[in-house]
Amino acid sequence: MSVLVDRSSRVLIQGITGREGSFHTGQMRAFGTNIVAGVSPGKGGSNQDGVPIFDTVADAVVATGADVSGIFVPPAFAADAIMESAAAGIELTVCITELIPVHDMIRAREFVIRGGHQLLGANCPGIVTPGQCKVGIIPNHINTPGPVGIVGRSGTLTYEVIQGLGQAGMGQTTSVGIGGDPVMGLSFPDVLQRFADDPETRAVVLIGEIGGSDEENAAAWIRETGFDKPVVAFISGRTAPPGKRMGHAGAIISGNTGSAQSKLDALTAAGADIADTIEDVVRLTAVRLGTHPR
Amino acid sequence: MKLLEYQAKQRFAAAGIAVPPGRLARTPEEAADAARELGRIAVKAQVPIGGRGKAGGIAVVDTPEEAQREAARILAMDIRGYPVRSVWCETGLSIDSELYLGITLDRDRRRLVIIFSAAGGMEIEQVAEEAPERIAKLWPDPFAGPHPFEIRQLAFAGFENAPELRSRVPKLVTSLVGLTTRLYGVVTSLDAVTCEINPLVLTKDGNLVAADGKLEIDENADSRHQDVAEELARDATGESGISGDDPFEVEARKRGLTYVHLDGDIGCIGNGAGLTMNTLDLVKQHGGEPADFLDIGGGANAERVRNALEMVLLDPKVRGVFINIFGGITRGDEVARGIIAARDQLHITMPLVVRMTGTMEEEGRTLLEAAGIVPAKTATEAAATIVALTREVSA
Repeated sequence: MSVLVDRSSRVLIQGITGREGSFHTGQMRAFGTNIVAGVSPGKGGSNQDGVPIFDTVADAVVATGADVSGIFVPPAFAADAIMESAAAGIELTVCITELIPVHDMIRAREFVIRGGHQLLGANCPGIVTPGQCKVGIIPNHINTPGPVGIVGRSGTLTYEVIQGLGQAGMGQTTSVGIGGDPVMGLSFPDVLQRFADDPETRAVVLIGEIGGSDEENAAAWIRETGFDKPVVAFISGRTAPPGKRMGHAGAIISGNTGSAQSKLDALTAAGADIADTIEDVVRLTAVRLGTHPR
Repeated sequence: MKLLEYQAKQRFAAAGIAVPPGRLARTPEEAADAARELGRIAVKAQVPIGGRGKAGGIAVVDTPEEAQREAARILAMDIRGYPVRSVWCETGLSIDSELYLGITLDRDRRRLVIIFSAAGGMEIEQVAEEAPERIAKLWPDPFAGPHPFEIRQLAFAGFENAPELRSRVPKLVTSLVGLTTRLYGVVTSLDAVTCEINPLVLTKDGNLVAADGKLEIDENADSRHQDVAEELARDATGESGISGDDPFEVEARKRGLTYVHLDGDIGCIGNGAGLTMNTLDLVKQHGGEPADFLDIGGGANAERVRNALEMVLLDPKVRGVFINIFGGITRGDEVARGIIAARDQLHITMPLVVRMTGTMEEEGRTLLEAAGIVPAKTATEAAATIVALTREVSA
């Protein structure tokens, strides 16, 4: 089982002809993702390594039945690409692009939700269901199937956890990167709900960071819904000074909100195990699953 | 980018929002001229931070001589690290009441929020904490913007706990509809993430005037607002570009790098904000002190890595560097080439610990090993190593 994407997902790539778009399309195909189309305005009718390219997402959907889109277009055009995808009826849009202006993202997110569709990101690493489908930039070789669901704000820390768990023999149902922007599509509770509904997900690793209150909201959701799967939580930026934007647009402690301590307290109160290092994440997850790391 | 008060007010005025008449002065003489022209004025330090009044950066003066003296004093000030380069000289207002109007990003609702209160002034944050019922909020539709009826609801709610204004509320609500609509237009056209009028003064003759102005533009939208950037650059003096900013951070911006300057001696470079933050956390956990946060971001090529290493080494306090890379969109071979190029070109002899894994990891490791740099196996091991090696160098 899996959440959000699986082997039946028909994936199109917006920005397939760009440097990152073409490189990662190759990686996704090598992973086994069913890439059915690419979109690059003005290049419709051509193909890239056998993937047909269309001028518009709407054309691509009609011709190929694509239902998931991965976006690799530059930041100035990314919000428009998100809306184009949702308007064409794409069920899940995964936006990898970073540095998108927040006003653009507020509108793009709203547009997707009003259409009844889903957005993952932006500024995220994407999503992987091991052995079935990958949309985004998570390195191929670290993913193995198994019982753990992963949801994280930081891309690279999500990779660390996937790799650490994998090396200890614990694979994943699905790994989801929700992104480091203050305004994003799917949030922690949205993804936790899907893990709650997935019988094969037996434990969840939540990777948060300083800034905003998404981790506190996740903790509140866990308490309110009585989410009964074990949660191992890791928060980065514990030593970050207040008032400094630590790379991600969203990673800033401002006033009383966004500190690591507030998130750790909320998650502890919700019954999550708190990991201090990636090694700790692996150890605590093994304990909760009742397995022993190799 | 944070606009200075006078720049925010110029934009408010251009949008049809009333502001007090004022003049910018960069010298005491210009401040005296402003007083001759405007009469009794407030001389206000132009710095991009709050609390300047408490720091002595605002003076009310009656004569040109006084204006000259006070401007000379304020222009010599450094307010919490920000040297004062200019003062805004504006006429005082006959104040009846101080209100608050602001628009900012609400991260939880993922929308802009318009905030109005009849209890404006210096203590607005205290009001928000102790009497939240005195603060009214509106989350407008991001496509339609705030409708007049919504602004009326907002305004009536904000006046609910202000009985002293009751008789004037109907007229004030009408004024606020126009004012809020204009302010929202300023915010959306400038990609602002913070916009505040505090206080929004109700004058004795019944007008609403923006007595202060705060505007901060979304960094991701800076490129759409080059005119503002150029204006800010004109206001700065010296090499730093923007007055008062950390010179290392200014240099990093010029190099196009995401860098935060800290106090320690271990240079930290990572890819991805979360991983870089964790790199700092690991250094601290092992008893070290990070000198910086430098995120090379996604898809960095060899030149960007070289540039990053060079940037970190500009800080003379740095005694060792920890490079922590987990490749997704970033490729290990590119990172390795950048590290090797930087080491050779910059003749780096201080401890350099590289932890690298992910996309093209084997290629990267092979390159590093061939160049005599041994990658650490895990981030934790790398952190322990760099802290130990840096201590040896310092000892």
